Amino acid sequence: MQLDNLYQEVILDHYKHPENKGLATSYDAQVHHINPSCGDEITLNLTLQGQKVSAISWDGVGCSISQASVSIMSSLMMNKELSEAQTILDEFVALMQSKGSGSPDESVLEDAVAFAGVSQYPARIKCALLGWMAFKDASVQAQKKN
Amino acid sequence: MSLDVARIRKDFPIFTRTIRDGKKLVYLDSGATSQKPQVVIDAEVDFYAKHNAAAHRGAHQLAEEATEMFEASRETVASFLGAKTEEIVFTKSATESLNLLAYAFSNAEPGSQFAIGSEHSIVVSEMEHHANLIPWQQLAKRSGAELKWFGVTSDGRLDESNIDSLITSKTKIVAITQQSNVLGTINNLDHIIEKAHKVGAIVIVDACQSVPHIPVDVTNLGADFLAFSGHKILGPTGVGVLWGRYELLNNLPPFLFGGSMIENVTMTDATWAEAPRKFEAGVPNMAQVVGLAAGIKYLQSIGLEKVHEHEKALTRYLLNELNQIPGIAVVGPTDVSLRGGTVSFTLEAIHPHDLGQYLDSAGIAVRTGHHCAWPLTRALGVPATTRASLYVYNDNSDIDALIAAIKDAKKYFGQ
Repeated sequence: MQLDNLYQEVILDHYKHPENKGLATSYDAQVHHINPSCGDEITLNLTLQGQKVSAISWDGVGCSISQASVSIMSSLMMNKELSEAQTILDEFVALMQSKGSGSPDESVLEDAVAFAGVSQYPARIKCALLGWMAFKDASVQAQKKN
Repeated sequence: MSLDVARIRKDFPIFTRTIRDGKKLVYLDSGATSQKPQVVIDAEVDFYAKHNAAAHRGAHQLAEEATEMFEASRETVASFLGAKTEEIVFTKSATESLNLLAYAFSNAEPGSQFAIGSEHSIVVSEMEHHANLIPWQQLAKRSGAELKWFGVTSDGRLDESNIDSLITSKTKIVAITQQSNVLGTINNLDHIIEKAHKVGAIVIVDACQSVPHIPVDVTNLGADFLAFSGHKILGPTGVGVLWGRYELLNNLPPFLFGGSMIENVTMTDATWAEAPRKFEAGVPNMAQVVGLAAGIKYLQSIGLEKVHEHEKALTRYLLNELNQIPGIAVVGPTDVSLRGGTVSFTLEAIHPHDLGQYLDSAGIAVRTGHHCAWPLTRALGVPATTRASLYVYNDNSDIDALIAAIKDAKKYFGQ
């Protein structure tokens, strides 16, 4: 079934058992991102130690794609240098824009390769990107603050 | 009384195609836009192929024919609504119709009946589509008027309990929907219109979801202005209608300025043509207007009463079937005498986007999200819903397909 390309097991697992969900009380930057076409919302808290991500926590409501994507992203970015995080982010955005023809680098994206199928569904790309754009925004704000 | 849906479907070429690898198209998204019968497509093609010229301009035969077809379409829309021909304004969308009104109020001379300021209030409802909320919200901001609104009861009806504190001697505008695009609720506006007129307010009705589905006669309704879109009533995109009571329409200042809406122009001043022309600046969307008239005639050939009865029967069946699925919660009235064929629901932990995606894989088109009525979905405490909306080309087999696919989706997502 073509739908299985979209709803990989790892996505549904993260949706049912999200990681790093529940907002930490202290953070360097807090951002709130909304997908206005569907109403999905997430709040993301980010803490940096120097140029390294030391904590990410988040809360939100939305579809399995948007929520699983934040969950996987938050685990992936934890303890990464910001430069490395940027490389991962760029790779993920490129994958989303690949219209189904991308060959994702699993060594970079790890579990996030599960979203490769999303690029075949134009209406869902924004869902998958919601958390990643929130991370990008938060990292810029946290750097400014520090 | 029932419609011959098999015959009707033959008039809509889109039903000859298949969806997602050969599946039958089950189209349950007419609340967003309706499909088009061949007669509408043909009317547009015929206009471009044989009669294309700028209406109301030019001294040649094509211009004459284009003008005649455009104005005959106005008569069709007028008779459909029980209105006078000169009370029909063609716009590019219902959204434009409502914005036209809001900006026309802004353009009113101080002291005129449309002038609005901080001493006034505007009343809307919490179940408005963004298109009948934001123009008024922003007019309130521009003018200093107070924005007030009717709430919604827990079963999705308009809460009129505080009407006396909402509609007062300060009220200038009451802008309200006749049928909710999320809840399906049909609002009986008699009491609100009567109360509004008693205090001298102007009543504007968003009829986008009602006019395609139930008989609407503007004389009986008693409102002052009414807006609807062409593409939801079998017509093309790019055409909307604004109806206004003539004496009001003729006194209302224009919103868009330009060609063909004038009486006289000098370098420093201009005067306006009479309504409706003063609201139709620029070469209009002629082919779309002609297409809309063809769509309305097609609908009239079926009969609006029959359309309404058909949708009522389908809605009853849909609600009945939905209620038998554990975990389904319908948002909106369950009494079919209070509602139309737009049914929104939630399904336990399966997010509407995921359900919508699954339904799509089965060839079923529904709408998911907040349906451009975000304040409403927030008030109802459901960030998003799945919406199935019915029309003349739907029958019980479409509902059976939806119900079967919802049950399959529950298994797929492990509920």
